[in-house]
Amino acid sequence: MANPSFEVARLPGFRFIAMAVFVVLYLPIITLVVYSFNAGQSVALWEGFSLTWYHSAWQNEAVKGATFRSLIIAASASGIATTVATMAALGTTRRKAFKGQTFIYVMINQPLMVPEIVTAVALLIFFASIKVATGYNGLIYLIIAHAAFCIPFAYLPIRARLEGMDLTLETAAADLYASHWLTFRRVTLPLMLPGIIAGAMLAFVISLDDVVITEFVKSGGQDTLPTYMLGQMRRAVTPEVNAISSVLLALTVVMLTAFFLLTRKKD
Amino acid sequence: MSESPIAVEARNAVKAFGQGATAVKALDDVSVKIKKGEFFTLLGPSGCGKTTLLRLIAGFETPTSGQILLDGADITQLPPNKRPVNTVFQSYALFPHLTVAQNIAFGLEMQGRPKAEIKKTVARMLALVKLEPMADRKTSQLSGGQQQRVALARALAPAPKVLLLDEPLSALDLKLRKEMQIELKRLQMETGITFVFVTHDQEEALTMSDRIAVMSAGHIQQVGAPREIYTRPANRFVASFIGETNFLTGKSDGEAVQLDIGSKIAIKAPPGPVSLAIRPEQVRVVAANDPGALPATVGATVYFGTDTHLHLVMKDGSTLVARMQSPASGSGDLAKGTNVGVTFPDSALQLLGD
Ligand SMILES: Nc1ncnc2c1ncn2[C@@H]1O[C@H](COP(=O)(O)OP(=O)(O)O)[C@@H](O)[C@H]1O
Ligand SMILES: [Mg+2]
Repeated sequence: MANPSFEVARLPGFRFIAMAVFVVLYLPIITLVVYSFNAGQSVALWEGFSLTWYHSAWQNEAVKGATFRSLIIAASASGIATTVATMAALGTTRRKAFKGQTFIYVMINQPLMVPEIVTAVALLIFFASIKVATGYNGLIYLIIAHAAFCIPFAYLPIRARLEGMDLTLETAAADLYASHWLTFRRVTLPLMLPGIIAGAMLAFVISLDDVVITEFVKSGGQDTLPTYMLGQMRRAVTPEVNAISSVLLALTVVMLTAFFLLTRKKD
Repeated sequence: MSESPIAVEARNAVKAFGQGATAVKALDDVSVKIKKGEFFTLLGPSGCGKTTLLRLIAGFETPTSGQILLDGADITQLPPNKRPVNTVFQSYALFPHLTVAQNIAFGLEMQGRPKAEIKKTVARMLALVKLEPMADRKTSQLSGGQQQRVALARALAPAPKVLLLDEPLSALDLKLRKEMQIELKRLQMETGITFVFVTHDQEEALTMSDRIAVMSAGHIQQVGAPREIYTRPANRFVASFIGETNFLTGKSDGEAVQLDIGSKIAIKAPPGPVSLAIRPEQVRVVAANDPGALPATVGATVYFGTDTHLHLVMKDGSTLVARMQSPASGSGDLAKGTNVGVTFPDSALQLLGD
């Protein structure tokens, strides 16, 4: 079979570039994970295997507090973002192309386009005046901020799932005596559920990982895991940070694997 | 039994898509009565409005004007989930997240039937379409023919007053299609449910239907039993859409018609030019010197296996196709240019309307 199509893999130097990219992408991460098991104080000098740093992170009250806050924020924010994104996806996909459709897409995906630092500063100023006016300093500000920038990450997989869905199925449900609500509950929702779970997981991971907006919006004593680690880096860097990072990495890998399994096209 | 009761009726149904100058009339003043318990077929070329009429009956669309009646009651404004009518979709539209049995149970559950009854009905339906061993499979694990039967069982389970089928067999290969034609006919007889069947395949329509409505461009051209539609087409469209046909022209003096190919026949028609149709199998080829035969020459012969088509050039230059059984001996065809005679029974000629 003659194949005249252009193949990147045949270009000279392809192997070298591919290897180099892999090294740059993964070597630092592998190093980080390896040194999380270091017995010594250094993140660059290997002194033997131990689980000391995992143990010390586990014992560290500041780490515990930050982990707890991170999980609360990520869970609440991804929950809110997924709910909003589900409704947005339902509103934007189940109809013929309408006027202003592109505008709506841009609005929903705004956090992907506006520089994060701009959003962070805007939120800082906005929430600061509310904090002053109400005197309330809870985690709610972080949850709202995270929910806002998580919406597009939840929206995209849900929309993809809905766009691949056969609308005749809903017609069939109505034909078989299902009301609007039952059609949604028994047909639409179960069919879009993999998209919703995938969107929620992506939103969760994105929230868990955020530094910039969190750093600007948080009040005193509201460190999340990433901002706590950033604070630690400014002082002495110990393999404890590696250990925390490795746990975060493991969690993210698990969730993203689940995400890809859920969004994979089944044939 | 003179008048069987009417199951479904469309009264002056109009359905326009779009607005103003760009509006398309998918249905233009369609009136039709479908009798209880009959196998009624909507037949017509693609785009003539068959699906639209079905969707009006199912309630997926509301007519721009006109009415839909079910058992004599006006259901024009009733939403689909309140109509005791079920549909077999062209794409089957089986719920991919449910098993075969759950698909079949869906309509019954939505109707709020008791659990025990649902279980019994589902078992009965599975037996009816011979899918008992597949009850717990996901529908994606079934073949096209099996999915088709699940779609049928799902639509029949709630015992609808009318079953609508939109080209249900078009996705199947020829052999399976023939099997399903027989299967469908059997299901209709066993359940006694009124079937409204859509197809663009005239042979399918002729073999399966009690009555056929031939549609074209948003209009119903003719309604009748298959035999009637075939032998007495009401107009040129019906005559040409169903089977093969020869069109003849002539002049009527009010008492008889002088055909342009030669003979004068006693058919009453308003004075003026008329057009008539005759099926190829009604045209007989005889010896050129046969008394009363019209002169013709053989233009071409086309061999179809059981049949041979003879293209005959008449004296006015028009071509008449005659269908003859191919000789069993396999002997040769009439040579091109042979002079022959043509006869046909006057009764085989069908006067066409516009
Ligand atoms: N939702 C719709 N919007 C616009 N035009 C439509 C729509 N549905 C059908 N039509 C038009 O109406 C006509 C009849 O369509 P349809 O009933 O699907 O024909 P058939 O089933 O006989 O092939 C076609 O010209 C089609 O383009
Ligand atoms: Mg159609």
